[in-house]
Amino acid sequence: MLRRALAVVAGKLIIGAAGLLTGVRAIWSGTTPKAEQTLYFANHTSHGDFVLLWATLPPDLRALTRPVAGQDYWMASKVRQFIGADVFNALMIRRDGSGQGGNPVDQMKEALEGGDSLIMFPEGTRNTGDEILLPLKSGLYHLARACPTVRLVPVWIENLKRVLPKGTLVPIPLACTVRFGTPIQLAEGEDKTGFLARARAAMLDLRPEYDRVPEQEKAAATTP
Amino acid sequence: MNISPFTQTTLQLFGGVAGVLILASAIGATLKWRVAQGRPHSVIDNLNARVNAWWLMVAVIGLAFAFGKGGVIVLFYLISFYALREFISLAYTRRGDHHAIAAAFYIGLPVQYFLVWIEWYGLYSIFIPVYAFLVLPILAAVGGDTQRFLERTSKIQWGLMICVFCISHVPALLTLQIPGFEGRNLLLIAFLVIVVQGSDVLQYVWGKLFGKRKVAPELSPSKTWEGLVGGVASATALGAALYWATPFNPWQAALMALTICLMGFFGGLVMSAIKRDRGVKDWGSMIEGHGGMLDRLDSVIFAAPIYFHALRYWWVP
Repeated sequence: MLRRALAVVAGKLIIGAAGLLTGVRAIWSGTTPKAEQTLYFANHTSHGDFVLLWATLPPDLRALTRPVAGQDYWMASKVRQFIGADVFNALMIRRDGSGQGGNPVDQMKEALEGGDSLIMFPEGTRNTGDEILLPLKSGLYHLARACPTVRLVPVWIENLKRVLPKGTLVPIPLACTVRFGTPIQLAEGEDKTGFLARARAAMLDLRPEYDRVPEQEKAAATTP
Repeated sequence: MNISPFTQTTLQLFGGVAGVLILASAIGATLKWRVAQGRPHSVIDNLNARVNAWWLMVAVIGLAFAFGKGGVIVLFYLISFYALREFISLAYTRRGDHHAIAAAFYIGLPVQYFLVWIEWYGLYSIFIPVYAFLVLPILAAVGGDTQRFLERTSKIQWGLMICVFCISHVPALLTLQIPGFEGRNLLLIAFLVIVVQGSDVLQYVWGKLFGKRKVAPELSPSKTWEGLVGGVASATALGAALYWATPFNPWQAALMALTICLMGFFGGLVMSAIKRDRGVKDWGSMIEGHGGMLDRLDSVIFAAPIYFHALRYWWVP
Protein backbone atom coordinates (compact mmCIF):
# COMPACT_ATOMS: atom_id res chain seq x y z
CA MET A 1 0.00 0.00 0.00
CA LEU A 2 2.69 2.43 1.11
CA ARG A 3 4.95 1.20 -1.68
CA ARG A 4 2.16 1.81 -4.19
CA ALA A 5 1.59 5.35 -2.91
CA LEU A 6 5.31 6.04 -2.97
CA ALA A 7 5.48 4.76 -6.54
CA VAL A 8 2.69 7.13 -7.65
CA VAL A 9 4.43 10.08 -5.99
CA ALA A 10 7.81 9.08 -7.46
CA GLY A 11 6.19 8.78 -10.88
CA LYS A 12 4.82 12.31 -10.66
CA LEU A 13 8.18 13.61 -9.45
CA ILE A 14 10.03 11.95 -12.31
CA ILE A 15 7.58 13.33 -14.87
CA GLY A 16 7.82 16.76 -13.28
CA ALA A 17 11.62 16.69 -13.30
CA ALA A 18 11.72 15.50 -16.91
CA GLY A 19 9.35 18.32 -17.84
CA LEU A 20 11.38 20.96 -16.02
CA LEU A 21 14.67 19.79 -17.46
CA THR A 22 13.64 19.25 -21.06
CA GLY A 23 10.35 21.15 -21.41
CA VAL A 24 9.30 18.01 -23.23
CA ARG A 25 6.59 18.38 -25.81
CA ALA A 26 4.60 15.67 -27.56
CA ILE A 27 3.72 16.03 -31.22
CA TRP A 28 1.14 13.60 -32.49
CA SER A 29 1.70 13.94 -36.21
CA GLY A 30 0.34 10.73 -37.71
CA THR A 31 -2.10 9.61 -35.09
CA THR A 32 -3.86 10.72 -31.94
CA PRO A 33 -3.55 9.24 -28.47
CA LYS A 34 -6.02 6.35 -28.37
CA ALA A 35 -6.95 3.86 -25.71
CA GLU A 36 -6.08 1.03 -28.07
CA GLN A 37 -3.49 -1.59 -27.41
CA THR A 38 -0.31 -0.13 -28.83
CA LEU A 39 3.32 -1.01 -29.30
CA TYR A 40 5.35 2.21 -29.38
CA PHE A 41 8.76 1.73 -30.98
CA ALA A 42 11.33 4.50 -30.62
CA ASN A 43 14.96 5.40 -31.13
CA HIS A 44 17.11 4.72 -28.10
CA THR A 45 19.92 7.09 -27.17
CA SER A 46 19.60 7.53 -23.43
CA HIS A 47 18.39 5.87 -20.25
CA GLY A 48 15.80 8.61 -20.09
CA ASP A 49 14.16 7.67 -23.39
CA PHE A 50 11.30 5.65 -22.05
CA VAL A 51 10.78 8.10 -19.19
CA LEU A 52 10.30 10.89 -21.68
CA LEU A 53 8.04 8.87 -23.96
CA TRP A 54 6.04 7.63 -20.99
CA ALA A 55 5.79 11.16 -19.59
CA THR A 56 4.32 12.53 -22.81
CA LEU A 57 1.51 9.97 -22.94
CA PRO A 58 -1.83 11.16 -21.56
CA PRO A 59 -2.13 9.94 -17.93
CA ASP A 60 -4.86 7.40 -18.66
CA LEU A 61 -2.78 5.78 -21.42
CA ARG A 62 0.33 5.94 -19.28
CA ALA A 63 -1.27 3.63 -16.75
CA LEU A 64 -1.80 1.02 -19.48
CA THR A 65 1.66 1.28 -21.04
CA ARG A 66 4.73 -0.60 -19.87
CA PRO A 67 8.27 0.12 -20.99
CA VAL A 68 10.42 -2.81 -21.96
CA ALA A 69 13.67 -2.55 -20.02
CA GLY A 70 16.86 -4.46 -19.49
CA GLN A 71 16.71 -6.51 -16.32
CA ASP A 72 20.46 -6.36 -15.71
CA TYR A 73 20.29 -2.56 -15.46
CA TRP A 74 17.05 -2.16 -13.55
CA MET A 75 17.60 -4.92 -11.04
CA ALA A 76 21.10 -3.75 -10.15
CA SER A 77 20.06 -1.72 -7.09
CA LYS A 78 17.10 -1.30 -4.76
CA VAL A 79 16.36 2.20 -6.06
CA ARG A 80 16.42 1.13 -9.69
CA GLN A 81 14.28 -1.87 -8.81
CA PHE A 82 11.71 0.39 -7.20
CA ILE A 83 11.72 2.81 -10.13
CA GLY A 84 11.72 0.12 -12.78
CA ALA A 85 9.24 -2.28 -11.29
CA ASP A 86 7.00 -0.16 -9.08
CA VAL A 87 6.95 3.24 -10.74
CA PHE A 88 7.08 2.24 -14.40
CA ASN A 89 5.78 -1.31 -14.09
CA ALA A 90 8.46 -2.15 -16.65
CA LEU A 91 8.60 -5.45 -18.44
CA MET A 92 12.03 -6.70 -17.45
CA ILE A 93 13.78 -8.66 -20.12
CA ARG A 94 17.05 -10.53 -19.95
CA ARG A 95 19.62 -9.46 -22.44
CA ASP A 96 22.37 -11.85 -21.43
CA GLY A 97 20.98 -14.69 -23.53
CA SER A 98 20.91 -17.09 -20.60
CA GLY A 99 17.50 -18.23 -21.69
CA GLN A 100 16.07 -17.86 -18.20
CA GLY A 101 12.61 -16.38 -18.28
CA GLY A 102 12.31 -16.96 -22.01
CA ASN A 103 13.75 -14.87 -24.82
CA PRO A 104 12.86 -11.17 -24.96
CA VAL A 105 10.53 -11.48 -27.95
CA ASP A 106 8.53 -14.22 -26.25
CA GLN A 107 8.28 -12.14 -23.09
CA MET A 108 7.00 -9.14 -25.03
CA LYS A 109 4.63 -11.29 -27.00
CA GLU A 110 3.21 -12.71 -23.80
CA ALA A 111 2.70 -9.22 -22.37
CA LEU A 112 1.00 -8.02 -25.56
CA GLU A 113 -1.24 -11.08 -25.60
CA GLY A 114 -2.10 -10.27 -22.00
CA GLY A 115 -3.40 -6.88 -23.17
CA ASP A 116 -0.54 -4.57 -22.17
CA SER A 117 0.69 -1.70 -24.31
CA LEU A 118 4.46 -1.59 -24.59
CA ILE A 119 7.27 0.85 -25.27
CA MET A 120 10.19 -0.86 -26.99
CA PHE A 121 13.43 0.15 -28.66
CA PRO A 122 13.91 -1.95 -31.79
CA GLU A 123 17.60 -1.08 -32.07
CA GLY A 124 18.05 -3.52 -29.21
CA THR A 125 20.60 -1.38 -27.44
CA ARG A 126 21.38 2.21 -26.65
CA ASN A 127 22.79 4.18 -29.55
CA THR A 128 25.69 6.09 -28.06
CA GLY A 129 27.64 6.74 -31.24
CA ASP A 130 27.33 9.28 -34.01
CA GLU A 131 24.95 7.21 -36.09
CA ILE A 132 21.40 8.53 -36.27
CA LEU A 133 19.68 5.17 -35.95
CA LEU A 134 21.23 1.73 -35.62
CA PRO A 135 19.92 -1.15 -37.76
CA LEU A 136 16.71 -2.55 -36.26
CA LYS A 137 16.75 -5.98 -34.67
CA SER A 138 14.22 -8.52 -35.84
CA GLY A 139 12.13 -8.40 -32.63
CA LEU A 140 9.71 -5.81 -33.99
CA TYR A 141 8.96 -8.00 -36.99
CA HIS A 142 8.29 -11.08 -34.87
CA LEU A 143 5.98 -9.11 -32.60
CA ALA A 144 4.11 -7.61 -35.54
CA ARG A 145 3.56 -11.10 -36.89
CA ALA A 146 2.57 -12.63 -33.58
CA CYS A 147 0.19 -9.84 -32.55
CA PRO A 148 -1.40 -8.46 -35.74
CA THR A 149 -4.12 -6.50 -33.93
CA VAL A 150 -1.70 -4.32 -31.95
CA ARG A 151 -1.22 -0.77 -33.23
CA LEU A 152 2.47 -0.19 -34.11
CA VAL A 153 3.29 3.46 -33.55
CA PRO A 154 6.71 4.78 -34.59
CA VAL A 155 8.19 7.40 -32.25
CA TRP A 156 11.14 9.75 -32.58
CA ILE A 157 12.73 11.18 -29.44
CA GLU A 158 14.66 14.29 -30.28
CA ASN A 159 17.61 15.84 -28.46
CA LEU A 160 17.64 13.66 -25.37
CA LYS A 161 20.98 12.21 -26.39
CA ARG A 162 22.49 15.62 -25.83
CA VAL A 163 20.90 16.16 -22.43
CA LEU A 164 22.97 13.48 -20.75
CA PRO A 165 25.52 11.86 -23.08
CA LYS A 166 27.05 8.60 -21.96
CA GLY A 167 29.73 9.03 -19.33
CA THR A 168 28.61 12.45 -18.10
CA LEU A 169 27.00 13.32 -14.77
CA VAL A 170 25.45 16.74 -15.22
CA PRO A 171 22.36 16.92 -17.42
CA ILE A 172 21.97 19.91 -19.71
CA PRO A 173 18.50 21.43 -19.90
CA LEU A 174 17.79 21.14 -23.62
CA ALA A 175 14.34 21.19 -25.17
CA CYS A 176 13.20 17.71 -26.18
CA THR A 177 10.37 16.62 -28.41
CA VAL A 178 8.65 13.27 -28.70
CA ARG A 179 6.97 12.74 -32.07
CA PHE A 180 4.38 10.05 -32.61
CA GLY A 181 3.95 9.02 -36.24
CA THR A 182 1.40 7.15 -38.37
CA PRO A 183 0.93 3.55 -37.21
CA ILE A 184 2.34 0.89 -39.52
CA GLN A 185 1.16 -2.64 -40.19
CA LEU A 186 2.75 -5.81 -41.40
CA ALA A 187 1.54 -6.24 -44.98
CA GLU A 188 0.29 -9.51 -46.33
CA GLY A 189 3.27 -11.71 -47.15
CA GLU A 190 5.80 -8.97 -46.33
CA ASP A 191 9.21 -10.36 -45.41
CA LYS A 192 11.36 -9.39 -42.46
CA THR A 193 13.81 -7.20 -44.36
CA GLY A 194 11.11 -5.23 -46.11
CA PHE A 195 9.09 -4.67 -42.97
CA LEU A 196 12.06 -3.59 -40.89
CA ALA A 197 13.18 -1.18 -43.62
CA ARG A 198 9.70 0.32 -43.60
CA ALA A 199 9.64 0.61 -39.80
CA ARG A 200 13.04 2.25 -39.86
CA ALA A 201 11.94 4.73 -42.51
CA ALA A 202 8.81 5.51 -40.49
CA MET A 203 11.00 6.41 -37.53
CA LEU A 204 13.47 8.45 -39.56
CA ASP A 205 10.62 10.37 -41.21
CA LEU A 206 9.73 11.79 -37.83
CA ARG A 207 13.01 13.62 -37.44
CA PRO A 208 12.72 17.38 -37.33
CA GLU A 209 13.41 19.10 -40.62
CA TYR A 210 16.74 20.51 -39.52
CA ASP A 211 17.94 17.05 -38.66
CA ARG A 212 17.01 15.47 -41.99
CA VAL A 213 20.25 15.98 -43.84
CA PRO A 214 23.11 14.71 -41.72
CA GLU A 215 25.36 17.61 -40.81
CA GLN A 216 28.41 16.09 -42.48
CA GLU A 217 26.61 15.77 -45.79
CA LYS A 218 25.34 19.30 -45.57
CA ALA A 219 28.82 20.62 -44.96
CA ALA A 220 30.23 18.52 -47.80
CA ALA A 221 27.52 19.71 -50.19
CA THR A 222 28.23 23.37 -49.57
CA THR A 223 32.00 23.16 -49.79
CA PRO A 224 33.09 23.85 -53.35
CA MET B 1 -4.00 59.53 -1.28
CA ASN B 2 -0.25 59.62 -1.28
CA ILE B 3 1.22 58.17 -4.50
CA SER B 4 4.85 58.66 -5.46
CA PRO B 5 5.57 60.13 -8.90
CA PHE B 6 7.16 56.83 -9.91
CA THR B 7 4.13 54.77 -8.91
CA GLN B 8 1.84 57.22 -10.66
CA THR B 9 3.86 57.11 -13.90
CA THR B 10 4.08 53.31 -13.77
CA LEU B 11 0.35 52.99 -13.28
CA GLN B 12 -0.25 55.35 -16.20
CA LEU B 13 2.03 53.30 -18.46
CA PHE B 14 0.43 50.01 -17.49
CA GLY B 15 -2.99 51.60 -17.82
CA GLY B 16 -2.11 52.72 -21.33
CA VAL B 17 -0.85 49.26 -22.28
CA ALA B 18 -3.95 47.65 -20.81
CA GLY B 19 -6.08 50.08 -22.83
CA VAL B 20 -4.32 49.07 -26.05
CA LEU B 21 -4.74 45.39 -25.20
CA ILE B 22 -8.44 45.83 -24.42
CA LEU B 23 -8.81 47.48 -27.83
CA ALA B 24 -6.84 44.67 -29.49
CA SER B 25 -8.91 42.00 -27.75
CA ALA B 26 -12.11 43.77 -28.83
CA ILE B 27 -10.90 43.97 -32.44
CA GLY B 28 -9.86 40.31 -32.33
CA ALA B 29 -13.23 39.25 -30.95
CA THR B 30 -15.06 41.32 -33.57
CA LEU B 31 -12.98 39.85 -36.41
CA LYS B 32 -13.53 36.35 -35.08
CA TRP B 33 -17.27 36.97 -34.93
CA ARG B 34 -17.77 39.03 -38.11
CA VAL B 35 -15.12 37.82 -40.58
CA ALA B 36 -14.47 34.28 -39.41
CA GLN B 37 -18.01 33.81 -38.05
CA GLY B 38 -16.69 31.71 -35.21
CA ARG B 39 -15.00 29.22 -37.53
CA PRO B 40 -11.27 28.48 -37.44
CA HIS B 41 -9.31 31.12 -39.38
CA SER B 42 -5.51 30.94 -39.35
CA VAL B 43 -4.70 34.67 -39.42
CA ILE B 44 -7.42 35.77 -36.99
CA ASP B 45 -6.78 32.89 -34.60
CA ASN B 46 -3.07 33.65 -34.64
CA LEU B 47 -3.83 37.31 -33.95
CA ASN B 48 -6.03 36.40 -30.99
CA ALA B 49 -3.45 33.96 -29.65
CA ARG B 50 -0.87 36.73 -29.86
CA VAL B 51 -3.09 39.22 -28.05
CA ASN B 52 -3.84 36.70 -25.30
CA ALA B 53 -0.13 35.96 -24.92
CA TRP B 54 0.46 39.73 -24.66
CA TRP B 55 -1.96 39.91 -21.73
CA LEU B 56 0.00 37.18 -20.00
CA MET B 57 3.38 38.79 -20.77
CA VAL B 58 2.22 42.19 -19.49
CA ALA B 59 0.90 40.53 -16.34
CA VAL B 60 4.24 38.79 -15.77
CA ILE B 61 6.19 42.03 -16.30
CA GLY B 62 3.78 43.84 -13.98
CA LEU B 63 4.31 41.21 -11.30
CA ALA B 64 8.09 41.47 -11.67
CA PHE B 65 7.84 45.28 -11.39
CA ALA B 66 5.84 44.90 -8.20
CA PHE B 67 8.78 43.01 -6.69
CA GLY B 68 11.25 45.69 -7.82
CA LYS B 69 14.86 44.96 -8.70
CA GLY B 70 14.81 41.37 -7.39
CA GLY B 71 11.67 40.56 -9.35
CA VAL B 72 13.07 41.99 -12.59
CA ILE B 73 16.38 40.14 -12.21
CA VAL B 74 14.63 36.83 -11.53
CA LEU B 75 12.29 37.38 -14.50
CA PHE B 76 15.11 38.10 -16.93
CA TYR B 77 17.21 35.27 -15.51
CA LEU B 78 14.39 32.89 -16.42
CA ILE B 79 13.98 34.56 -19.82
CA SER B 80 17.71 34.10 -20.49
CA PHE B 81 17.49 30.48 -19.39
CA TYR B 82 14.65 29.65 -21.76
CA ALA B 83 16.27 31.61 -24.59
CA LEU B 84 19.59 29.80 -24.12
CA ARG B 85 17.79 26.49 -24.01
CA GLU B 86 16.06 27.24 -27.31
CA PHE B 87 19.29 28.40 -28.86
CA ILE B 88 21.45 25.45 -27.81
CA SER B 89 18.65 22.98 -28.60
CA LEU B 90 18.78 24.09 -32.22
CA ALA B 91 22.55 24.40 -32.48
CA TYR B 92 24.71 21.56 -33.72
CA THR B 93 26.83 20.29 -30.87
CA ARG B 94 28.69 17.09 -30.16
CA ARG B 95 29.42 15.05 -27.10
CA GLY B 96 32.71 16.86 -26.63
CA ASP B 97 30.78 20.08 -26.00
CA HIS B 98 29.00 18.75 -22.95
CA HIS B 99 31.20 20.49 -20.37
CA ALA B 100 31.17 23.76 -22.26
CA ILE B 101 27.37 23.76 -22.49
CA ALA B 102 26.98 22.74 -18.86
CA ALA B 103 29.29 25.63 -17.90
CA ALA B 104 27.20 28.03 -19.97
CA PHE B 105 23.99 27.00 -18.18
CA TYR B 106 25.26 26.46 -14.66
CA ILE B 107 28.05 29.04 -14.39
CA GLY B 108 27.83 31.65 -17.14
CA LEU B 109 24.13 32.33 -16.72
CA PRO B 110 23.92 32.64 -12.90
CA VAL B 111 27.23 34.49 -12.54
CA GLN B 112 26.21 37.11 -15.11
CA TYR B 113 22.95 37.79 -13.26
CA PHE B 114 24.68 37.76 -9.90
CA LEU B 115 27.09 40.43 -11.17
CA VAL B 116 24.16 42.51 -12.38
CA TRP B 117 22.50 42.04 -8.98
CA ILE B 118 25.55 43.33 -7.11
CA GLU B 119 25.89 46.07 -9.76
CA TRP B 120 29.51 45.28 -10.62
CA TYR B 121 29.50 46.97 -14.03
CA GLY B 122 33.25 46.51 -14.57
CA LEU B 123 32.90 42.76 -14.48
CA TYR B 124 29.45 42.05 -15.91
CA SER B 125 30.28 44.05 -19.03
CA ILE B 126 33.26 41.79 -19.82
CA PHE B 127 32.50 38.56 -17.99
CA ILE B 128 30.95 36.83 -21.02
CA PRO B 129 32.74 38.45 -23.97
CA VAL B 130 36.16 38.01 -22.36
CA TYR B 131 36.19 35.29 -19.71
CA ALA B 132 33.44 33.00 -20.96
CA PHE B 133 34.69 33.36 -24.53
CA LEU B 134 38.11 32.10 -23.47
CA VAL B 135 37.02 29.42 -21.02
CA LEU B 136 34.35 27.81 -23.23
CA PRO B 137 36.72 26.80 -26.05
CA ILE B 138 39.14 25.51 -23.43
CA LEU B 139 36.43 23.27 -22.01
CA ALA B 140 35.42 22.14 -25.49
CA ALA B 141 39.06 21.39 -26.33
CA VAL B 142 39.38 19.31 -23.18
CA GLY B 143 36.43 17.33 -24.57
CA GLY B 144 38.95 16.15 -27.17
CA ASP B 145 36.70 16.30 -30.23
CA THR B 146 38.11 18.43 -33.04
CA GLN B 147 35.45 17.82 -35.65
CA ARG B 148 34.04 21.22 -36.72
CA PHE B 149 35.54 22.64 -33.55
CA LEU B 150 35.52 26.32 -34.46
CA GLU B 151 31.92 26.22 -35.57
CA ARG B 152 30.73 24.42 -32.46
CA THR B 153 32.65 26.72 -30.16
CA SER B 154 31.38 29.87 -31.75
CA LYS B 155 27.79 28.67 -31.57
CA ILE B 156 27.98 28.21 -27.81
CA GLN B 157 29.74 31.55 -27.40
CA TRP B 158 27.19 33.33 -29.55
CA GLY B 159 24.33 31.64 -27.70
CA LEU B 160 25.67 32.93 -24.40
CA MET B 161 26.27 36.37 -25.92
CA ILE B 162 22.76 36.98 -27.18
CA CYS B 163 20.74 34.94 -24.70
CA VAL B 164 22.56 35.92 -21.51
CA PHE B 165 24.85 38.90 -22.07
CA CYS B 166 22.49 40.98 -24.21
CA ILE B 167 19.31 40.09 -22.31
CA SER B 168 20.96 40.82 -18.95
CA HIS B 169 21.36 44.41 -20.10
CA VAL B 170 17.64 44.90 -19.52
CA PRO B 171 17.81 44.41 -15.72
CA ALA B 172 21.20 46.16 -15.80
CA LEU B 173 19.29 49.34 -16.66
CA LEU B 174 18.28 49.37 -12.99
CA THR B 175 21.89 49.94 -11.97
CA LEU B 176 22.34 53.23 -13.86
CA GLN B 177 22.64 56.30 -11.64
CA ILE B 178 20.92 59.08 -13.57
CA PRO B 179 20.79 62.40 -11.66
CA GLY B 180 17.24 63.54 -11.05
CA PHE B 181 15.86 60.13 -12.05
CA GLU B 182 16.71 58.21 -8.86
CA GLY B 183 14.29 55.49 -7.84
CA ARG B 184 12.54 55.48 -11.21
CA ASN B 185 14.84 53.22 -13.24
CA LEU B 186 12.11 50.64 -13.82
CA LEU B 187 10.64 53.19 -16.20
CA LEU B 188 13.74 52.87 -18.38
CA ILE B 189 12.84 49.20 -18.81
CA ALA B 190 9.20 50.04 -19.44
CA PHE B 191 10.25 52.51 -22.17
CA LEU B 192 12.51 49.95 -23.85
CA VAL B 193 9.93 47.18 -23.73
CA ILE B 194 7.06 49.35 -24.90
CA VAL B 195 9.04 50.86 -27.80
CA VAL B 196 10.65 47.61 -28.95
CA GLN B 197 7.49 45.54 -28.73
CA GLY B 198 5.38 48.42 -30.00
CA SER B 199 7.68 48.57 -33.02
CA ASP B 200 7.24 44.83 -33.62
CA VAL B 201 3.47 45.02 -33.32
CA LEU B 202 3.21 48.17 -35.46
CA GLN B 203 5.47 46.68 -38.13
CA TYR B 204 3.18 43.64 -38.13
CA VAL B 205 0.07 45.82 -38.40
CA TRP B 206 1.47 48.13 -41.12
CA GLY B 207 2.83 45.10 -42.96
CA LYS B 208 -0.51 43.29 -42.87
CA LEU B 209 -2.39 46.41 -44.01
CA PHE B 210 -0.08 47.86 -46.65
CA GLY B 211 2.86 45.47 -47.05
CA LYS B 212 3.91 44.82 -50.65
CA ARG B 213 7.65 45.02 -51.23
CA LYS B 214 9.70 42.56 -49.20
CA VAL B 215 12.81 43.86 -47.45
CA ALA B 216 14.70 40.58 -47.35
CA PRO B 217 12.72 37.83 -49.04
CA GLU B 218 15.38 35.20 -48.46
CA LEU B 219 15.48 35.95 -44.72
CA SER B 220 11.99 36.81 -43.65
CA PRO B 221 8.99 36.73 -45.98
CA SER B 222 6.82 38.75 -43.59
CA LYS B 223 9.06 41.84 -43.40
CA THR B 224 8.08 44.51 -45.92
CA TRP B 225 9.31 48.05 -46.57
CA GLU B 226 5.84 49.40 -45.87
CA GLY B 227 5.75 47.57 -42.54
CA LEU B 228 9.27 48.65 -41.67
CA VAL B 229 8.87 52.35 -42.46
CA GLY B 230 5.36 52.64 -41.03
CA GLY B 231 6.18 50.58 -37.96
CA VAL B 232 9.44 52.31 -37.13
CA ALA B 233 7.99 55.78 -37.74
CA SER B 234 4.95 55.16 -35.57
CA ALA B 235 6.97 53.45 -32.82
CA THR B 236 9.40 56.40 -32.86
CA ALA B 237 6.43 58.71 -32.42
CA LEU B 238 5.16 56.49 -29.63
CA GLY B 239 8.58 56.73 -27.93
CA ALA B 240 8.60 60.51 -28.27
CA ALA B 241 5.12 60.66 -26.79
CA LEU B 242 6.35 58.74 -23.74
CA TYR B 243 9.11 61.25 -22.94
CA TRP B 244 7.36 62.28 -19.70
CA ALA B 245 8.10 58.84 -18.24
CA THR B 246 11.82 59.06 -19.04
CA PRO B 247 14.85 61.24 -18.35
CA PHE B 248 14.65 62.41 -22.01
CA ASN B 249 13.11 65.46 -23.60
CA PRO B 250 10.81 64.74 -26.58
CA TRP B 251 13.44 64.81 -29.34
CA GLN B 252 15.87 62.75 -27.27
CA ALA B 253 13.10 60.24 -26.62
CA ALA B 254 12.39 60.12 -30.36
CA LEU B 255 16.06 59.53 -31.24
CA MET B 256 16.38 56.89 -28.57
CA ALA B 257 13.21 55.17 -29.79
CA LEU B 258 14.43 55.29 -33.38
CA THR B 259 17.72 53.66 -32.38
CA ILE B 260 15.86 51.00 -30.42
CA CYS B 261 13.51 50.30 -33.36
CA LEU B 262 16.31 50.00 -35.90
CA MET B 263 18.42 47.74 -33.69
CA GLY B 264 15.29 45.70 -33.01
CA PHE B 265 14.55 45.35 -36.71
CA PHE B 266 18.08 44.22 -37.53
CA GLY B 267 18.01 41.87 -34.54
CA GLY B 268 14.94 40.21 -35.99
CA LEU B 269 16.73 39.91 -39.33
CA VAL B 270 19.82 38.28 -37.82
CA MET B 271 17.78 35.86 -35.76
CA SER B 272 15.76 34.92 -38.87
CA ALA B 273 19.00 34.21 -40.70
CA ILE B 274 20.00 31.78 -37.94
CA LYS B 275 16.59 30.10 -38.08
CA ARG B 276 16.83 29.80 -41.86
CA ASP B 277 20.25 28.23 -41.52
CA ARG B 278 18.73 25.60 -39.23
CA GLY B 279 15.66 25.13 -41.41
CA VAL B 280 13.09 26.04 -38.77
CA LYS B 281 10.32 28.63 -38.74
CA ASP B 282 10.27 29.32 -35.01
CA TRP B 283 12.77 28.98 -32.20
CA GLY B 284 10.31 27.10 -30.06
CA SER B 285 6.68 26.80 -29.07
CA MET B 286 6.67 28.41 -25.68
CA ILE B 287 4.42 31.39 -26.30
CA GLU B 288 1.13 30.65 -28.04
CA GLY B 289 0.99 32.51 -31.37
CA HIS B 290 4.50 33.94 -31.04
CA GLY B 291 6.69 30.84 -31.33
CA GLY B 292 9.47 30.58 -28.78
CA MET B 293 11.07 32.95 -26.31
CA LEU B 294 13.68 34.02 -28.87
CA ASP B 295 11.00 34.77 -31.48
CA ARG B 296 9.46 37.29 -29.11
CA LEU B 297 12.76 38.68 -27.86
CA ASP B 298 14.94 38.89 -30.96
CA SER B 299 14.51 42.65 -31.18
CA VAL B 300 15.00 43.29 -27.45
CA ILE B 301 18.24 41.32 -27.60
CA PHE B 302 19.85 43.67 -30.07
CA ALA B 303 18.34 46.86 -28.74
CA ALA B 304 19.05 46.39 -25.01
CA PRO B 305 22.86 46.76 -24.87
CA ILE B 306 22.88 49.73 -27.27
CA TYR B 307 20.15 51.50 -25.30
CA PHE B 308 22.03 50.73 -22.09
CA HIS B 309 25.30 52.19 -23.37
CA ALA B 310 23.69 55.25 -24.93
CA LEU B 311 22.08 55.98 -21.58
CA ARG B 312 25.28 55.31 -19.69
CA TYR B 313 27.36 57.48 -22.02
CA TRP B 314 25.10 60.53 -22.21
CA TRP B 315 23.01 60.47 -19.05
CA VAL B 316 25.26 59.04 -16.35
CA PRO B 317 27.88 61.57 -15.23
